[in-house]
Amino acid sequence: MHEIIKTDKTLPFMRFRFGAWVLSAVLVIASIVSLSVNQLNWGLDFTGGTVIEVGYENSADLPAIRDTLDANGFGGAVVQNFGTQQDVLIRIEPQEGVKAQELGNQILSLLRQSSDDQIEMRRIEFVGPQVGDELTEQGGLAMLTALLCILVYIALRFEWRLALGAVGALAHDVILTLGLFSFLGLEFDLTVLAALLAVIGYSINDTVVVCDRIRENFRKYHKYTAQETIDGALTDTMSRTVITSLTTILVLLALFFLGGQLIHGFATALLFGVIIGTYSSIYIASSLAFALGVSREDLMPPEIEKEGEDLEPLP
Amino acid sequence: MLNKFPLWKNLMVIVILAMAALYALPNIYGEDYAVQISASRNATVDTQTLGTVEQTLEDIAIQPKGVVLEEGQILVRVNSDAEQLQARDALLRALGTNYIVALNLAPATPDWLADIGGTPMKLGLDLRGGVHFLMEVDMAEATRKIQDQMRDTVRGELREERIRSTSIRRDDSDVVVQLRTDEDYAAAESYLNNRYPGYTLVEDEATRTLRLRMTEAKLKETQDYAISQNVTILRNRVNELGVAEPVVQRQGADRIVVQLPGVQDTARAKEILGATATLEFRMVDDENSVYEAEQGRVPFGSELFPNRNGGNTLLKEDVILTGDHIVNATSGFDENQRPQVSISLDGAGGDKMSLATRDNVGKPMATLFIEFKATGERDENDRIIFERNAEVINVATIQSRLGNNFRITGINSQQEAQNLALLLRAGALIAPIQIVEERTLGPSLGKENIELGTQAIIWGFLLVIIFMVIYYKKFGLVANLALTANLVLIIGVMSMIPGATLTLPGMAGIVLTVGMAVDANVLIFERIREEIKAKRSPQQAIHHGYDSAFSTIMDANVTTLIVAIILFAIGTGPVKGFAVTLAIGIITSMFTAIVGTRAVINAVWGGKRIDKLSV
Repeated sequence: MHEIIKTDKTLPFMRFRFGAWVLSAVLVIASIVSLSVNQLNWGLDFTGGTVIEVGYENSADLPAIRDTLDANGFGGAVVQNFGTQQDVLIRIEPQEGVKAQELGNQILSLLRQSSDDQIEMRRIEFVGPQVGDELTEQGGLAMLTALLCILVYIALRFEWRLALGAVGALAHDVILTLGLFSFLGLEFDLTVLAALLAVIGYSINDTVVVCDRIRENFRKYHKYTAQETIDGALTDTMSRTVITSLTTILVLLALFFLGGQLIHGFATALLFGVIIGTYSSIYIASSLAFALGVSREDLMPPEIEKEGEDLEPLP
Repeated sequence: MLNKFPLWKNLMVIVILAMAALYALPNIYGEDYAVQISASRNATVDTQTLGTVEQTLEDIAIQPKGVVLEEGQILVRVNSDAEQLQARDALLRALGTNYIVALNLAPATPDWLADIGGTPMKLGLDLRGGVHFLMEVDMAEATRKIQDQMRDTVRGELREERIRSTSIRRDDSDVVVQLRTDEDYAAAESYLNNRYPGYTLVEDEATRTLRLRMTEAKLKETQDYAISQNVTILRNRVNELGVAEPVVQRQGADRIVVQLPGVQDTARAKEILGATATLEFRMVDDENSVYEAEQGRVPFGSELFPNRNGGNTLLKEDVILTGDHIVNATSGFDENQRPQVSISLDGAGGDKMSLATRDNVGKPMATLFIEFKATGERDENDRIIFERNAEVINVATIQSRLGNNFRITGINSQQEAQNLALLLRAGALIAPIQIVEERTLGPSLGKENIELGTQAIIWGFLLVIIFMVIYYKKFGLVANLALTANLVLIIGVMSMIPGATLTLPGMAGIVLTVGMAVDANVLIFERIREEIKAKRSPQQAIHHGYDSAFSTIMDANVTTLIVAIILFAIGTGPVKGFAVTLAIGIITSMFTAIVGTRAVINAVWGGKRIDKLSV
């Protein structure tokens, strides 16, 4: 039998909780600092503007492209390679004026005139500033709604201290992932927002498994203290946590390396988020609940169910 | 104890998986390049058309894979994209403008599968190429138009009632009637009060003014009508463009989504979709001086418009006829080889025209060309401000009473005549629109995305499968069976749900599901290991393992499902695609991981006494 963790002994997770808190606090503060200093590199979906992706036959001459654009009044354009030497991405900020939605075609024909290469239109995206603002608002709203719904669900199914612990862990994951994107200057677009919500989904999955075990162990073993019970539950679920994280990380690596440029940000956010999510469901969620004083009495099933002792305990 | 499933449970698992496999099957047959022929206004697609199509293909030496006439459409399947373009051009020439010839991809699903409703998954624009527009409708203009009509109605009715007014005009969204005397005011008040549903009358006796104000309900109704009318008209225009399987849908209060798969030339698409050009026919006011009006003294009941000669023309405010009554319009040339548009009207339009021209023989009538252009600026409510450009394109003396058919001249070029005819055929937008979001994807990028997505799914899947066998041995094999079944289920369900679309983030969702779906089995197997360590018999370990893991799995998945639903509710386009595959994946994985693996484990290990489990 392969085993990742020998489970004969209970591992003293809670003993290291202060260390974990210091680590998390440092990371969260660093993230917030980075978010306020560097800010997020908002993608087209949120800022509005125009993005044009073109494919050249041979390696594209970026300075020449910049010169062409400069000469035609598109001085503010960002020109960069996208994935390969042949692929070029041009991004133009929203501009005052009527013809914003015709910009893409204009630039495409400009490039075609100025180069002997066959230029293939791969992608043109235009987002009006109004739509961008709405998406930002909706995105933030979605994040808060998700956290709130999960808070309510766990509070109903388990207990409010565990719910607060779980949501605290989720907020921790979201802030750190945002911090990473801000620190590395990675583009934050709609797919990354989707990934962030998926991170919430994954992390809560992990946390629920741990909470479930904490409750079960509180009900099963009466002689242990809260700290010992939580340590026990974390030890019991340890190998599951590691294995599921591993399989998820495996598929995300496949996505990261093979999924292509368009979902690179998505894969990055998930990869980082899953690792952080695994750590936070072990350390942040349960130690927060512990600090809030979760105890056996809070998790005992309601009185009525004690009448039928021969029944399976209800979850 | 033994672990056995009742027969019905085993059967259920088999039937569900067989169904999913059956409906997932069409996806492996792929798609054929095809040309789709449908009729535009005055034509029908019948066996005669079919004959023409077959003859045309023979003439250009193309051996089609199949030519079928179905539901008023002909679908020609060919072997390559080069043939597809060739066939389209030839058919366009042979059939003329009464038919719409569009490029399409037709699923190559065998007949027996198609007969039971088997279709491949719908691919999003990011996987097949095409263009996506989000358009915003100018609501202020929609209400303005309705209020202009209201003004004309009130003016006509008060005239008939012999109530004299100083002026009747539109002021923002009110129609304002200014009366001359107290008697007229009283008469108008009693006549107009409660006369028009959806309007309230605001009275001001001191100034002898009456205001007809739209109620909130009427305002909302007007705006709803404007949107749905615009959707209909955009649909007509998209059909005129010849696009296969377009999507035209309302989104939110004042937006419309248009998706045109396969379209690359966005310039023409935008020109046609966004055009607001329409015509109005009005009598020329030849009793008053144009010069006076140009000095700012426009007579009451008339309006001044620029004409194409650089001057101005004074027209009556009353509109004889608007573009809405036009049923057909074709471009051509008149005797002097100048471009013209021939127009046919519907019954009501014909009556209006004939009534108006009957009494005005010998008088000049003008054709007014109206177009809205977005200024790129927004008002304080963040609505786009449109500029209304109206121009008199021709003035002609009415020679005789006009009926349902007539023609207009004075058009600059043949191209303009063609576009105008197309726009008149498809109908005028009831309110102008502006594109607020546009995404165009080339076909090569679409193909590349499918390849990348598939690669990621295959590799992710292989990595997980290898890991599971190494770690859980025989039980790992069972989990892998469940994982495979889960993939088939996701694809089957995606193909079965008519609205579900596969996008690139959707494929990422499938990859993620593959990684997370084993979680349920990991939970169960870890429990079984614990039970074995606690010295339970293998059969008891299986039983308790599944039982105690169940509620954990439920809780964990319900919370993830909540996230997927929120993502679906707020997401647009590709992100929605991610939410769909994630949600479907969560549900199917619970079925395969809990019920599916149990069926296999029960069948293999459950029915006999064993001492050791390979977990």
